[in-house]
Amino acid sequence: MAIDREQLLHVAHLARLELSDDELERLGPQLNDIIEAVSKVSALDLAAVRPTSHPLDVVNVWADDEPRPCLSVDEALANAPEREGAYFKVPPGGS
Amino acid sequence: MLDTLRLTAEEALRLVREREVSSAELYAAYRAAIDEREPELHAYLHVCDDDGAEGVPLAVKDVIGTKGIPTTAGSKILEGYVPVYDATVIARAKRHGLRVLGKTNTDEFAMGSSTENSAFGPTRNPWDPTRVPGGSGGGSAAAVAAGLAPWALGSDTGGSIKQPAALCGNVGLRPTYGTVSRYGVVAFASSLDQVGPVARTVRDCALLYSILAGRDPCDTTTVELPHAVRLPERTDLNGVRIGVPTEFTEHEAIEPGVRERVQESVELCRELGADVGECSLPLALEYGVPCYYLIAPAEASSNLARYDGVRYGYRSPRSGDRYELYTRTRDEGFGDEPKRRIMVGTYALSAGYYDAYYGQAQKVRTLLAREHAEAFERFDVLLTPTSPTVAFELGAKTANPLAMYLNDLLTIPSCMAGLPGLNVPCGLSHGLPVGVQLVGPQFSENTLFATGYALEQAIGFDPVPERLR
Repeated sequence: MAIDREQLLHVAHLARLELSDDELERLGPQLNDIIEAVSKVSALDLAAVRPTSHPLDVVNVWADDEPRPCLSVDEALANAPEREGAYFKVPPGGS
Repeated sequence: MLDTLRLTAEEALRLVREREVSSAELYAAYRAAIDEREPELHAYLHVCDDDGAEGVPLAVKDVIGTKGIPTTAGSKILEGYVPVYDATVIARAKRHGLRVLGKTNTDEFAMGSSTENSAFGPTRNPWDPTRVPGGSGGGSAAAVAAGLAPWALGSDTGGSIKQPAALCGNVGLRPTYGTVSRYGVVAFASSLDQVGPVARTVRDCALLYSILAGRDPCDTTTVELPHAVRLPERTDLNGVRIGVPTEFTEHEAIEPGVRERVQESVELCRELGADVGECSLPLALEYGVPCYYLIAPAEASSNLARYDGVRYGYRSPRSGDRYELYTRTRDEGFGDEPKRRIMVGTYALSAGYYDAYYGQAQKVRTLLAREHAEAFERFDVLLTPTSPTVAFELGAKTANPLAMYLNDLLTIPSCMAGLPGLNVPCGLSHGLPVGVQLVGPQFSENTLFATGYALEQAIGFDPVPERLR
């Protein structure tokens, strides 16, 4: 099934990607080709098959809640594009 | 002067331990090789200066975090990022007498099969610089092949260690899922990602794996190894049951030259005493790639949500409000391939499509694991080609993402099942390396090393590219 421009823009919004018109032109047909190729799995009847989310049989792993040394505030902020005091700084607004 | 094209890592460790060669001399030898050949190959994104550290050099794929050393994952969105801590695999390597020599080139976020998706330009194949080294770990594979490092770390989601190893004539292991920590490693698809060794010999590969593997409290998906890693010594294959899945030798995408070399390896296994037989993995090639290209992008779309311009990495200067900060940073910071995968993954996970795509792919994954398990009821090891083709020319597949995805046709199925796989070079076709892929049940690394070693000794492949001898 083909994904139209409106759907592309919706998915881009969900993924917080601002795609230019050029990119929509270029990526749109490629994404349709990819979705069409992978759709093959949708056609299989797998009602009786259990899904695999993880290749090992590992269940929950618990750890004691003990304080340990961790990064300092300055280390945690060392790569911040912008900081103010002990905080990451971002512009306000938008949704 | 040390010949970095011939020196094994095992020998380098001995030389340093017995003080026949100093760490500084060893570093200088690799640095000289890098200065000579790196301008042509572009295997590295960053080469470390000699800081006086002791140890045998290790090249590290640039998706693995290194304290104080830039880590970009081949992406502009991480340009300038300098980790404040070491990944567990780096800490383990340092504890075992290794030091980081440099960070190797990779497809952006390890997404690709040729290293052409790196935001910092492609790596070239040391056997023929007009050709790709494979990917995504093309930098690590090219560095090892060209003597720019004794060994290297790679990461493998659907073939990113094994396929470049095949195209560059290296030995590369994708370990059993859960045996090597991913703490401090840039996440791509968390139910698939594994870190593993790239080396010039099977013994070096096993040695590096023994350093990397083991449970890490910082990565709760890791487990203790059920048995210690054994360095292989035997040169026969007596008693080893080797299965050859017919689909993997007959598929139309496999080049005749690749098929011939792999067939010769099958014959060699027989001569070495192995019990060789045919088997079938009917779903693997039919559904492996479609299944992978739903699960990996879905998980990637979630993992890559963290690149938002807030805490580290690139931030768009054009951001007005916070929404634009996210969307413009991500538009300007990501290249085409991560964008394609984020879009496919977000779509496959979105309301109304989840069951038909991601949920369905997870069920196919169960079937792929099941058919491998059935094959292992009769065989210890499965032998297939690693890559359907030898190294291809730069630019040959960049315009068609789907054609690029098919490079991993033969490596993806066992990755989906969490199985270990070892690439061993098995000869040349048109002057370019061909590799066999050895796949075993979970935690069968020792069997893979033993089989790979016996095969390696019998084949006598020279891992030094002809043009560099």
